[in-house]
This record gives sequence, structure tokens and C-alpha cells, in this order.
Amino acid sequence: MASSFWNIAYQQAMRSGVFVAKVYSFLHVTTNYLAFPAYAFGPSMIPTLHPSGNVVLAERISKPSRGDVVVFQSPEDPNKLPTKRVVGLEGDSVSFVVGPGKNDESRTIVVPKGHVWVEGDYIQNSRDSRIFGPVPYGLIQGRVLWRVWPFQDFGPIGPPTTT
Amino acid sequence: MGIQNLLWQVTKKAFTGGIIGVTISDRCCSVVPVRGDSMSPTLNPQRNSYLDDYVLVEKFCLQDYKFVRGDVVVFSSPTHFKDKYIKRIVGLPGEWISSSRDVIRVPEGHCWVEGDNKASSLDSRTFGPIPLGLIRGRVTSVVWPPQRVSKIS
Repeated sequence: MASSFWNIAYQQAMRSGVFVAKVYSFLHVTTNYLAFPAYAFGPSMIPTLHPSGNVVLAERISKPSRGDVVVFQSPEDPNKLPTKRVVGLEGDSVSFVVGPGKNDESRTIVVPKGHVWVEGDYIQNSRDSRIFGPVPYGLIQGRVLWRVWPFQDFGPIGPPTTT
Repeated sequence: MGIQNLLWQVTKKAFTGGIIGVTISDRCCSVVPVRGDSMSPTLNPQRNSYLDDYVLVEKFCLQDYKFVRGDVVVFSSPTHFKDKYIKRIVGLPGEWISSSRDVIRVPEGHCWVEGDNKASSLDSRTFGPIPLGLIRGRVTSVVWPPQRVSKIS
């Protein structure tokens, strides 16, 4: 009778193990191929996102186009995931002010193939392509759809509101 | 209705198996074929596509992106993000690389990759340092053909 106790215990363990594996795999496939939540904080996307933090829902299905807000791996540190707006696609000519508020000097760059140009909505305080250059498509993690938390900010992310 | 039930059971099992397979391939390791001879003689020493090497690519390195000089990695091309290349890391962030005419510093968050077969390799000497975020895995060993099974150094 002792062996059948261990038999049953073993079966229960296997069943739980398989269940955990199924749940983990389902979560992995959903967050890596469909949609995932991301936490964005900082002043660079005012007024679209709140500086003290928003949780947003991002989807991985569509290819980002001009005007989309995207989550991507920073070219300066692959462990960081900034959220910025796509301002230029490959081939676009992007003009930007080098130091807004300091001077009016501006430069124009053609976005190279396979890259996008991202800028924060609040360019006075935003680390974006003006500092680290165009971002290759391979670093883009997803396109932001909705602000999810806190509840007061619930709503879709749309084109930049003109300040 | 027995056959319908059977079909549904098989589909469910196949679906679950597929999802678990995808997760293992993304998080743990996968086997990929090597095309081209840019990593000769380490990979694909003969120019014959019937004898292409298949290598084991481990994905655990993507948790923290800590690589060392000499790692052979798979990465997405900076210009055509759907293409994947296999090259060796020869420069880590902050190091200096002597390119054709001048000396270049590898920026933070980037690495310099070159193929072992310098004559026939499209690598950082052409498209510059690549962001570490483009790396999709590290090659640990050759698994096919059987006579070439070995660890990559």
C-alpha cells in the first residue's frame, strides 16, 4: 500500500507540473506574440502619458507607422524599455531642434532603411532619437494601444494633442 | 460523434504541444541551420548546402544581455529586421575597434560583430556596431551533421 501512496503523489505532482507548464507557455505566447502590459514613467511623453507612471497595453501584431507610440529596447541599454512616439519611418527626412530652449539650431537627417525615428511628446525633457539616433525595427517591442492604469487615465492612445 | 471528439482531443493536444514548444524555443534553446560561409571554418567549412551545419542556440543569455568577447551570437539585421545573422562578438561596449581606416569606440548598449571568414562576411565593418537588443541568442554547439558535433569556443 505504501507504493500506491507514492504512485498517487507522483501522479499529482506530474499533473500539477504539466498544468504549470501549460499556464506558463500560454502566458509566454500571449505576451510575446499578441499583447503585453508595459509601465511607462517620466516626463518625456507629457501630455500623452503621466510622468508619475502609467501602465499601458501594447500589441505586437501590427507594424508601427508614423504617429504610433511604441515600446522598444533602448539602443543604449537592452534592459530598458522606453516608450516614445514614431515621428519618422525609413526614408523620411526628419528635422529636429538640437537643444530646444537653449538655441534654435536644427539638423535634418534621413532615416536609414530598417529604422524609425522616435521622439517624446514633451521634447524639452526627452531622451530619444535626437540623442541615441534612429532605432532599428528589431528593437521595437510593440505598439501602445490603451492606457490601463491608473483608472482616471483609462483610454486609447491617439495622435499627439497639440499643446 | 466519436470521431469528432477524437479530432477535438487531438487538436487540443497538438495546440498545447505547439504552445509549449514555442515557449521552449523562445526561452530555452532552439536549433537553427547556418547558411553561408561567413563563419568558416568554425561553421560551414564546406561550401555545400547539403552539408550545412545546424547549431544549438541558447536563449538564457537574453535575460541580462551579458556577453563576452568571442561569443557567437544570432542577431536580427539592423537593416532588414526579418533576416537573422550569425557572427562572433569581437567588441563589447566601451572597447575600441580598429576598422579599415580609423579607430572606433563601441557605444554603450552596442557590440561589434565580425564573421570568422573576414573575406566573405557582411558584419559590423559594413553596418557598424549593433545594439545588444538585436541579439536573439548565443550559439553553444554544432548538433548536425553528427561528425561535426562539438562545442563552439
